[in-house]
Amino acid sequence: MDGFMLQFVNGLKTTVLLALVSGALGMALGLLAAAGRLSRWRAVSVMVGFYTTIIRGVPELIIILLIYFGGTVAISAFFGRYVEVNAFLAGVVSLTVVFGAYTAEIFRGAVLSIPTGQIEAARSLGLHPWQAWLLVILPQMLRIALPALANQWISLVKETSLISIVGLTDIMRVAAIGAGSLRAPLTFYLAASALYLALTSLALVIFNLLERRFAVPGR
Amino acid sequence: MDITLLLTSTVTLASGIPLTLLLTAASLLAGLVLAVPLAFMRASSRKWLSLPVLAYTYGFRGTPLLVQLFIIYYGLGQIGIIRSSVLWVLLRDPFWCCLLAFSLNSAAYTTEIFRGGIQAVATGLVEAAQAVGMSPLQIKRRIIFPIAFRSVLPSYANEVISLVKATSLASTVTLLEITGLSRKLVSETFAPYEIFIAAGVLYLGLTFLLTGFFHALEGRLNAAPRAKTPLGRVALQQVAHEQ
Repeated sequence: MDGFMLQFVNGLKTTVLLALVSGALGMALGLLAAAGRLSRWRAVSVMVGFYTTIIRGVPELIIILLIYFGGTVAISAFFGRYVEVNAFLAGVVSLTVVFGAYTAEIFRGAVLSIPTGQIEAARSLGLHPWQAWLLVILPQMLRIALPALANQWISLVKETSLISIVGLTDIMRVAAIGAGSLRAPLTFYLAASALYLALTSLALVIFNLLERRFAVPGR
Repeated sequence: MDITLLLTSTVTLASGIPLTLLLTAASLLAGLVLAVPLAFMRASSRKWLSLPVLAYTYGFRGTPLLVQLFIIYYGLGQIGIIRSSVLWVLLRDPFWCCLLAFSLNSAAYTTEIFRGGIQAVATGLVEAAQAVGMSPLQIKRRIIFPIAFRSVLPSYANEVISLVKATSLASTVTLLEITGLSRKLVSETFAPYEIFIAAGVLYLGLTFLLTGFFHALEGRLNAAPRAKTPLGRVALQQVAHEQ
């Protein structure tokens, strides 16, 4: 077990980096998608609706496998020889696509819960639609979305473990290697679950602090 | 994209649907049976009742299902007592390991969902039931549970759908449900697009059917008179409940 300490530290770094990168990109995608879903142009709204409905109705594992193996086939065809896709990159792409779909629905719900009077007031003060979004809707929407966003981030941390299935050396993969080589699966998987529990607890604490800081008065 | 291959693999993968549905239904049932008493314990004001349940739900909701599955499938065999017990007959079989992992995981989420519903039941209703002389068990069975169940139905529907998707992890311990079959098929043909898309279509069909079923159920249950919630808050609460 001692020899695996360093590998667990590296696995932890990979897991955290994967969660942070795909979470940040996913939230950006989610914001765009939410704006698209609420757009006046029906075609855009319908397209985004398809995206969120399809992604949320299919297991994450299928999306990961499709992007990893599908990506390998596409890139191999492009270069004319066998090229394996980087597992980290495939992980970032698939988790971003998944996180974007879920956060889009959260953001959409939050925007819809802002009273229309707020937007009308912003308009009557002469704010440009862009300014109304940036200065009036976004700050209020984010604090309303915070509790659901916290849940989604915690799911994301747990979903990163699925990328180990396509070979990324994260916490889960380190545990699997250790379990196999030392023939102590219980010890290694319990160690992995302790690390994941620490990460999700950390996310919970951070979001509780954020929620307290940005509490919506009267709710 | 080869449309013929897409169609033929959809048909081949459809033979994995029964196992996916069996895993879902059995874990759902076991999870529900576990979750209802646990939710009442969790909602209790007595610390010695609620804290152990909190530890259970916190542990299972805070770690990935994949780790839980591997602890049960690979890990439990490391303990000598389990290996030599009768339980080993079940625990070395990937199907029962999946069932155990999915049930315990689903029970943890369902417990927290129901706890929210139980605590949201108006105290006046419980007091009225006490006043007409119902026993604590009768109050739970006739008043609290039906009201709580109806109010958490949207969140419970989400949990059911995430369980359908979670059964795809059974493929990592060699079970040939939809995902397991598709991975086997891809390793034979190496046509990942057609086959994984076909698998996705099947899952999408299943989740659509379930969503439709729960919408119909909500409609039926909501036909009875119930307390009105201000319009703006409904959407918000549904978002906040989502897992």
